[in-house]
Amino acid sequence: MQHSFISKNPSVLVFLAILALFTLSVTLLSEGLGLGLISTSFVKTLGKTLCLCLIAVAMDLVWGFTGILSLGHFAFFGLGGYMIGMWLMYERTRLIVVQSLSQSEIPPTQSEVVDAIGNQIFGVVGSSEFPLVWIFADSLVLQLALVLLVPGILALVFGWLAFRSRVTGVYLSILTQAMTLALALYLFQNDSGLRGNNGLSGLQNLPGVSASQDAVSLWFLWASALALGLGYLLSAWIVSGKFGSAIRGIRDNEARVRFLGYSVVSYKLAIFTLTACIAAIAGALYYPQAGIINPAEMAPIASIYLAVLVAIGGRGRLYGAVIGAALVSLLSTWFTGGQAPDISLGFYTIKWVDWWLVLLGLSFVAVTLFAPKGIGGLVDYWTNRQTPDRHGADLGPDDGALREQEALK
Amino acid sequence: MSPLLEVSGVSVSFDGFRAINNLSFRIGKAELRAVIGPNGAGKTTFMDIVTGKTRPDEGRVTWKTSEDRSISLLKLSEARIAQAGVGRKFQKPTVFEDQTVQENLLLALKKPRGWMAVLMYRPNDTDFAKVADLAQQVGLADALLRKSGELSHGQKQWLEIGMLLAQEPRLLLVDEPAAGMTPEEREHTTDILLEAAKTRAVVVVEHDMEFVRRLNCKVTVLHEGSVLAEGSLDHVTANQKVIDVYLGR
Amino acid sequence: MKNLLFAGLAILLSCLMATAQEVRQEVRQGPAIQAVLQEHQALIAKSSRKTIAPAIDAIANSGLEQAQTVLQVWAEKKMWMRKSDLQFFIGAPTENGLIELTDFDGGAVLGALPKAEVKQLKPNSGVRALIATALVRFQLSDPDPARRQDALTSLQRDPDATLLAPLRASIPAEPDAGLKAQKQRLERLMTIGYDSDTQARIAAISDMSGGLGVDLRATLNPLVATTRNVVAGTFPAARPETANVAAVLTPGQDGFSQAQAYELLVAKGLAPPRITQADIRAALTANIKDEQVAGFAVTELDNDATRQQAYSVLANSGAVSPFVTDDQVAAALQSHVFFDSFADPSPKVTTAAVAALRNIDAKVSLNQAVDLTLDALSLASIYFLAAIGLAITFGVMGVINMAHGEFIMMGAYTGYVVQQIIPDHTLSIIVAIPAAFAVTFAAGVAMERLVIRWLYARPLETLLATFGISIALQQLAKNIFGTQARPLTSPGWLDGAWALNDVVSISYIRIAIFCLALIFLGIFLYIMKRTRLGLETRAVTQNPNMAASMGINPGWVNMLTFGLGSGIAGVAGVAIGLFAKVTSELGSDYIVQSFMTVVVGGVGNIWGTLAGAAMVGFLQKGIEWLNPSNTLAAQTYMIVFIIIFIQFRPRGIIALKGRAAGD
Repeated sequence: MQHSFISKNPSVLVFLAILALFTLSVTLLSEGLGLGLISTSFVKTLGKTLCLCLIAVAMDLVWGFTGILSLGHFAFFGLGGYMIGMWLMYERTRLIVVQSLSQSEIPPTQSEVVDAIGNQIFGVVGSSEFPLVWIFADSLVLQLALVLLVPGILALVFGWLAFRSRVTGVYLSILTQAMTLALALYLFQNDSGLRGNNGLSGLQNLPGVSASQDAVSLWFLWASALALGLGYLLSAWIVSGKFGSAIRGIRDNEARVRFLGYSVVSYKLAIFTLTACIAAIAGALYYPQAGIINPAEMAPIASIYLAVLVAIGGRGRLYGAVIGAALVSLLSTWFTGGQAPDISLGFYTIKWVDWWLVLLGLSFVAVTLFAPKGIGGLVDYWTNRQTPDRHGADLGPDDGALREQEALK
Repeated sequence: MSPLLEVSGVSVSFDGFRAINNLSFRIGKAELRAVIGPNGAGKTTFMDIVTGKTRPDEGRVTWKTSEDRSISLLKLSEARIAQAGVGRKFQKPTVFEDQTVQENLLLALKKPRGWMAVLMYRPNDTDFAKVADLAQQVGLADALLRKSGELSHGQKQWLEIGMLLAQEPRLLLVDEPAAGMTPEEREHTTDILLEAAKTRAVVVVEHDMEFVRRLNCKVTVLHEGSVLAEGSLDHVTANQKVIDVYLGR
Repeated sequence: MKNLLFAGLAILLSCLMATAQEVRQEVRQGPAIQAVLQEHQALIAKSSRKTIAPAIDAIANSGLEQAQTVLQVWAEKKMWMRKSDLQFFIGAPTENGLIELTDFDGGAVLGALPKAEVKQLKPNSGVRALIATALVRFQLSDPDPARRQDALTSLQRDPDATLLAPLRASIPAEPDAGLKAQKQRLERLMTIGYDSDTQARIAAISDMSGGLGVDLRATLNPLVATTRNVVAGTFPAARPETANVAAVLTPGQDGFSQAQAYELLVAKGLAPPRITQADIRAALTANIKDEQVAGFAVTELDNDATRQQAYSVLANSGAVSPFVTDDQVAAALQSHVFFDSFADPSPKVTTAAVAALRNIDAKVSLNQAVDLTLDALSLASIYFLAAIGLAITFGVMGVINMAHGEFIMMGAYTGYVVQQIIPDHTLSIIVAIPAAFAVTFAAGVAMERLVIRWLYARPLETLLATFGISIALQQLAKNIFGTQARPLTSPGWLDGAWALNDVVSISYIRIAIFCLALIFLGIFLYIMKRTRLGLETRAVTQNPNMAASMGINPGWVNMLTFGLGSGIAGVAGVAIGLFAKVTSELGSDYIVQSFMTVVVGGVGNIWGTLAGAAMVGFLQKGIEWLNPSNTLAAQTYMIVFIIIFIQFRPRGIIALKGRAAGD
C-alpha cells in the first residue's frame, strides 16, 4: 500500500531526497561537526526555517486543501513552544538551584528546592508560587504530551464551536484571529502563570547536556528535518486518498459534500485539530532554537504571515508551502539582519531593515493579484502543466475554493 | 402499503413570507414523480426541507427505513439524511471540478462516511469496477480520468446523477436536470432517470412540460407552497386551476 | 523714612480689622505680645518641630491682634532676637549692614543694631508648617478673598481640631457667597471629625449623609476604620470596657483565621511564636557539630520529618525554644478575646458614621454605574466610529479590508501633519477632519481600483491582499514618522471634563466623539436612504447584474462606496488620535475590535453595527468593572464571550433571514 502511494506521488520522494541532502550538507559544513563554513547561528536559522516549513505544510493542509483560512495556527505553534519551554526552564532552573543549594550547610528539602525554583522563575513577575499550569513541568514526558494535548484540545473545542454553527469564510478567519488575540492578550498578563510579557527564556540550553551549542544546534536541525519529513509524508498521504478528495470537496463545495452524506463538521474538525498538533510540534522544535518565547510571538499578525508564506509558495500543493516558507523566512532574515546592501537613490537611501516589510507587503499583493499559484506555479512551467481557460469561473462556490488561475489541466 | 417518504402538513416562512403552506406529499418505494409549478411555488424549498437544509415551522416528514419502521427526518442533519438514503441533485450542476470523474464517483460510492474510515480507505478492484459501471450508465466511460471541471454542462449533470446513483439512495431528488441541455442530452437524461426509477423513488422537479411528458409519470403541481393538483400529466393540464396558475387569470 | 513706612503699615493693617477702633484701643493699653513671647522665650529661640507647639499655641491663642503679625514675621524669617535682653522684634537689614528693630507692640521703631548684637530666628520647614497652620485662623477672616481661599484650601487638605472654632467664628461675617458655602461645608465636616459634643457630631453626620463628596467620605472613613486588638480573658467577662468595640471576633470565623489570631497574639507579645521551617533550618544550621546535629548526620536532614525530629532533640536539650503545639495555640486563642475597635471613643458617632457611609456607598455605587454607563457609551461610540467604515466595505460590499486600521492611522497622521502647518488647534481640527477624509478617500479609491476590484467574490484573497497593503502602509508610516508617538493635541475647549458630581464625570473629548458618532450615523443614513449613491449602492449590493443592466455602473458605485468607508475611517482616525497616541500601530489596536463590532452586530445593516458597538463597548467596560485591575484580562474574556455569542447568533445581532442571507 505504502509502496503504491510513493510511486503515485513521486514528488514526495523528490522532496524527501532534497531534504535529506540539505540536512547532510548543512551538517558537514557546520561548525559542530564539519568544515565550519556555516556558523552555529545560521544553523539555528536554518533549523528554525525547517520548523516554519513544517507549520506552513500544516497551514496548507487546512487552508490550501480544506479551504479554512485559519488565522490562528501560529497560536498553536506558540502554545507548543510554551509547553516544551516550561519543562526546559523548570529543569534548567532546578539544576542551577540544586547546585547552589548544595553549597549550604544543610541539604535542602524537596519543598525548599521547589520554592527556590519558583523564586527564580517567577521573580520577574513579582511572585514565587508555582501556578497550576506548571503542575507537570517537572516531567519531560508529560510536558511533551502537553505539547500535543493543549493545542489539540484548544483546536478541538474552538473548531467544534465554530464549525458546528457553520461559521465559514471570512467570518471564520476573523473568529480565529480573535481567538489568537485573546490567547496572546491572556498570556501578556503577569498572572497568567507564564511570566507575562517576559515569556520563557534560556530555552536554548538543554538541561543536563554539556555539549556545546554547536552540537545542540545540529541536533535540533536534525530533529526539525525529521519532523518536517514525517509531517510532509503524513500530509501527502492524507491528501492523496479519499480523505484528501473529501476535504478538497469541502473546500470547493461544502454543501455537495454534506448532501453526499459526509459529516463536514467532523472532517473539518479532524483536519483542524491535526494541523494544530503539527503546528505545535513545529513550535516545540522552533523555540528551543530561538531561545526565547513571549506572547508577542503569538500576535494575530504572525498567523497572517503564515498565510502569506503559504500563498507566496502556492497553496494547495505541499511543496509550495515549504518553498514559500523557506524562501520568505530566509529572505526576511537576510533583509532584516542588515546583510542586504542599501540602495542609494541619490536623494534617499533605501535601508532594507526599514523597507523590507513594505516590499513584502506589496509583493504579497502582487502575488495575490498576478500569480495566485505562487512560486509553485513555476514548477508547472517545468512540468508543462497549464491552467485551463474557465472564462473566469472558480472551481466551486465556496470562499475557499480554488481560483481559475489555480486550476490545472 | 405505506409510502417511502411522507410529508404532511408542513409549513415554513421566511421573514413573514410563507414559502411552504401546509404541504402534504407522499411517494412510494419505486416510483417516478414529477413536481411542477411556477416560479416561487416552493419547489426548491420543498427539497430543502426533505434534505434537512431548511427546518419547517410545523409539520412532519417521515421516512420508512424498513417494512415496519419509520423515522422522522426533521431531527437529522443533512449528512444523516443523505446516509439514510436521500440523494439530491442541485439545479446547477455541482460536482467537484478540481477532481477527476473517477475521484468524484469514488467519493460518492456507498461506503462508511466517518473520517477515520475514509482516511484509512483505499479503493480496491471491485470499487473501481463499480465506478466504471456507473460511468458507463451515465455515459462518461471514456472520461473517467478527466478533471470534471473540463466536462460540458450536460456531462456535469450526468456526473452528478452518477454520483447520486453511486450513493445507492432509496429516494432521488432531482432539480431541473434538463436545463441547458441539447435534445440528445435530454433524451439520455430521461433514460437514466427512467432506469433509476425502476429500483427506487425518484422525484424530478422540472419546468419543461415536454420533458415531463417524456417521463410519463404521475405529476404533482405546486402553487404558493401547497399542492394544487396531482395525477397524470393530461389530468393536471386539464385542471382549470392549473391553467389559471400557469396562464394567469 | 523707613520707620515711618513701617509705622504706616502697622496702622494700615490694624485699620483694616473689623473692630478697628476697639482693637487699636487695646493695642495701646492691653497686654503686650512680648510678654507671651518671653514666656516661651527658650522654645522660640531654639525652635524645633517637636517642641514648638506650646509656644505657637500660646501666641495664636493669646487673643492679641499682634499675634498674626508675629506669626507672619516669624514664618518669613524676619523676627530677630536682641541678645542683650532676649526680646523679640521685627528686624529689617538697613543699607549700612545694621538691623533695624521694630517693636511688635505698638510698632515703635527702636533703632538699628549691628548684626552681632541681634540674632535672626530661622524656623525650619517643620516649624514653619506649624506656624502656617496657626496662621490659618487669622487668614480665614483676612480681607483678601484669595487669602481666605488659600486658608480654606489648606484647612480642607489638613483639617485641625483647634481651627474649628475660628472657622465657625468666621462664617457669619463672610461676605463672599461661594466662600461662605465652602466654609459652611468645611464646618460641618470638621464638626463630624472634631467637635467635642457628640450630639453635634451626630447631627452633622445626619446633615451630610447622602452627599457624594470625596471630602465627606474622607472625613467619615477614619471614623469607621477599625484596629484589631486582643485582651486576655474570656468573653464576655473580659469585654474591653475602654475601647469603642466594633465587633468581637471568633478565631476561625468571619475571615479571621486561627493563624491570623495567633499571629496577633505573637505580635502583641502575648504568646510565643510558632517554629517555622526557616526557624528549624536556622537552628539546625547553628547547631552543626562534626557534620552532625543532635545525633543526626547533616546529610540526613534533607526532609522536613527528620529535621523536626532533630529539632525536637535540640529543644529537649534546651538548646532551642520548643515547638508550640496545636494544643498550646488553641489554649492561647481560648484565653483571649479578639475584637475590632474604632479609634473614636463615641459609639454613637461611629454607629451614625457607619450608617451614613453605608447610605453613601449605596449612592456611590449607583453613581458609579452611571459613570460606567457613560464610559461604556463613549467606548461604544469609538468602536462605532472605527467600525462604521468597515461595516460599509465589509457589510455592504462583502469586501473585507484588513487595511482599514491603517486608514484610521492615516487619518490620525493627517491630523498631525495639519497641526504642524496650522498651529491653532481649533482651526487645525476643523481643517483636519475634511483633510483626513480626503486623504483616506483617495487612498481607498486607489486601493479599490488597483487591488480589490480584481478580487470581488474572493473574500479570502481580498483579506490577504489587503493585509499585505496593511503591513506595507504600517511600515511606511514608521519610515516617515518614526516609531515614537506623535501628539495630536485637542483644542483647549475640549480639555477638561464635565463633572456631574465627585463620582460621575466624562471628558469633553469623549462627548465630542459621541456627537461625532451620532453625526456619522446621520450622514450614513442620509446617504444610504436619501441619495442616488445610496440607492445605487443598495441596488448593487442586492443584485449587481440586475443593477448593471439598469444602467448603474457597479464598478463606479463600488469605488465610491469603498472610498466613503475609507474616508470615514480617516475621520475616525482624527477622533481617536485626539485621545490615543498617534503611532503606526494605532490602526491595528482597533482593527480586531472593529471586526468584532461588525460581526457581532450583523453584516449589512448599520443598526447592527450600532448594536454591535454598543455590545462590545458595554461588555468591555462591564468586564473591566468586575476586574478593574486588568484590562488585558477584560479583553480576553470579551473575545471569548464573543466567540461563544457567535454560536448562538452566527449572523450577528441583527441578521438577515431566509433567502436574502444567501446560504
